Amino acid sequence: MNNESQSHVQEGAVTHDVHHNGNGHDGHHHHKETFITKYIFSQDHKTIAKQFLITGMIWAIIGALFSVLFRLQLGFPDESFPILETFFGKWAKGGRIAPEFYYALITMHGTILVFFVLTAGLSGTFANLLIPLQVGARDMASPFMNMLSYWFFFLASVVMMSSLFVSTGPASGGWTMYPPLSALGQANLGSRIGTDLWITSMALFVVSSLLGGLNYVATILNMRTKGMSMTRMPLTIWGLFFTAILGILSFPVLLSGFILLLFDRNLGTSFYLSDIYTAGQALPNEGGSPILYQHLFWFLGHPEVYIIILPAMGMVSEIMSVNSRKPIFGYMAMVGSLFAICVLAFLVWAHHMFVSGMNPFMGSVFVLLTLLIAIPSAIKVFNWITTIWRGNIRFTPAMLFSIGFVSLFISGGLTGIWLGNSTIDIHVHDTYFVIAHFHIVMGVSAFFGMFAGVYHWFPKMFGRYLNNTLGYIHFWVTLAGAYLIFWPMHYMGLAGVPRRYLDFSIWKSFNQFNSLNQMISVVTIIVFAVNLMFVFNFFYSMFKGRKLRTQNPWNSASLEWTTPIHPGHGNWAGEIPEVHRWPYDYGKDGRDFIPQTEPIGANESKH
Amino acid sequence: MVSTQQRNKIHPHKFTLWIAIGSIIMMFAGLTSAYIVKSGQAGWHEVKTPMLFWYSTALLLTSSITIQAALRSFKHRSMATFRALLLATLVLGLAFVVIQYKGFLWLWDRGVHFEGSSGAGQFLYIIFGLHALHVLGGLVALVSLFIRQYIGRFRSYNVTPIEIMSTYWHFVDVLWIYLFVFFIWIG
Repeated sequence: MNNESQSHVQEGAVTHDVHHNGNGHDGHHHHKETFITKYIFSQDHKTIAKQFLITGMIWAIIGALFSVLFRLQLGFPDESFPILETFFGKWAKGGRIAPEFYYALITMHGTILVFFVLTAGLSGTFANLLIPLQVGARDMASPFMNMLSYWFFFLASVVMMSSLFVSTGPASGGWTMYPPLSALGQANLGSRIGTDLWITSMALFVVSSLLGGLNYVATILNMRTKGMSMTRMPLTIWGLFFTAILGILSFPVLLSGFILLLFDRNLGTSFYLSDIYTAGQALPNEGGSPILYQHLFWFLGHPEVYIIILPAMGMVSEIMSVNSRKPIFGYMAMVGSLFAICVLAFLVWAHHMFVSGMNPFMGSVFVLLTLLIAIPSAIKVFNWITTIWRGNIRFTPAMLFSIGFVSLFISGGLTGIWLGNSTIDIHVHDTYFVIAHFHIVMGVSAFFGMFAGVYHWFPKMFGRYLNNTLGYIHFWVTLAGAYLIFWPMHYMGLAGVPRRYLDFSIWKSFNQFNSLNQMISVVTIIVFAVNLMFVFNFFYSMFKGRKLRTQNPWNSASLEWTTPIHPGHGNWAGEIPEVHRWPYDYGKDGRDFIPQTEPIGANESKH
Repeated sequence: MVSTQQRNKIHPHKFTLWIAIGSIIMMFAGLTSAYIVKSGQAGWHEVKTPMLFWYSTALLLTSSITIQAALRSFKHRSMATFRALLLATLVLGLAFVVIQYKGFLWLWDRGVHFEGSSGAGQFLYIIFGLHALHVLGGLVALVSLFIRQYIGRFRSYNVTPIEIMSTYWHFVDVLWIYLFVFFIWIG
């Protein structure tokens, strides 16, 4: 770098340095940090975590806003809303959403929230923040690859964002992008350039999550501090570890599915296409099978839901133990059930395809394997409840969100048992019942895990607390709202209301749900507003929140709280502390908690 | 008890490579299983394997030997031999990619195109093409390793990057043999 650009960068550092820290810089890394290397192309895992979190929050606002806007139309099909035209222009002429654009909206809502928020925003944030801090490492195995991981995500975001503005509209084949709808440009406006951009963006996204995942696994297995055996790791790390493994093994398969789709779309191959007539003309494609795509997609698609939920499970376990002042109940059972979920995740994908015409015998095998997941899930729920049972509970916002997570996971998990049975699934397939199930069990509950994590580790990230009162309002409104929005959808689904329909008004038998639909839409708006308030709380508290005065605000036993309040790149000022015990010694031998760094005493009881 | 275990650990970058290899295997496993499923269905067309792929196999196998020898000479600090062998690997790898491309042209000239009904040919282009991309990635790494032998203020005798390079190179070799045998056997 020449002198001129150096001085320019230095200037930037002076004007933009938002939370300058006096005591945080450790003695190990003396390299010069400019604004660019510190906040933009940073290789510090903590900064990368914040980059993932804030990018994820921007995506969450966009993705949720889409759902609010199409909920307006769903709740009030006869009304027109000028605001829709303001946002969508020609796609909502006269303030009414065009039916083909509704597909684009739900496609983008799903894609954004599943991949960009709950995959990159969730594990990108917390794997980056917590893995080095909780296992006792100065940074990731390869900080450079870690940085690349974020920038590939950023690139994927730019491409996906740009697809929202092309004249034929963004991809609209559903977030699962099934061919032939997604493979033929003549099938749908959104299947033109929008889908190419979608596939490109997702390919970049896969690269990003592979680079991240490789690093997470290598760091956890290779970079633990002295004494940090695998069974002394916090459950957060176990959750993130299995998440990374799932991603590493399943995303490449999705990528191969996408490559074949890209060839079918643009080069005339017939991997997924066969015997298709459009506008009276037979296409030359022959011998392809759209089911092949479904297999390749769901081989990722199902592990993906565990990629979303396992980090939340890990964080909730940690937060519940800390705020109950009790050791986690059944640590090894928690690890074992995470492992069982991780293995089963690869063996159940075809339960998304019960109505695709697959062999019913195969279906019954997948029913059995699917229902087996109930066992590790139930073990986890049991252990969470027994962890807080007779605990000395501190109802911090993080703790409330953790309890809310467990509540939602139970409610959504129970309907999973229904849907896992092919006999019931064939009846309620593609109805609002499915919408209700997966929104509760992986959508909202993963969000609750994420909120819990943000409230709990915000002091570690920014050296300040989030506002508690706003946190409580955020929790209660979101919890009540989530149930009010999604609970009634079960009944609609059982009555047969199909998903992905914009307007039911001519379908007389569904008119009984009109007022219910209106209620859902109104609650959606309220919940969205309250979550915007959380975003306000986040950015306000980053600069003006109550300052952290102690290193260990939650009296937590794990390692991340032994770092300075504003840790520099390298995390610990001196030596990395040695670990002598597991991270859950709460309420032991009459002591409130014993940090992991304290050697086992002579008269200490066994846990 | 744990402190002794700490020191014997594999280098994190090497470990990362092994996981990445697992990830790449999953991608090709996805494609070859798709091939198996599709080959049992109606409208499937077989293709003839060009002789050229046998030559490229020989080249890639030889390059595996040269990179192993390069690693050996690096460990013995015979840097001139090391550089020569590295260059040989580079040339062989480049020749491999060129011959693969010639093989594709050979097939294309015999009417195996992207358009139209499905068959082994369409899979062959994608699977072998993706493999060639992985070889190309290895070539980029080889070039940067080669350049680094000549620039820089001080010479590094750190063996880890060379070991990572050779592991990856052996991997793309073994992967190729798997894919080639797969196509001859199943296809």
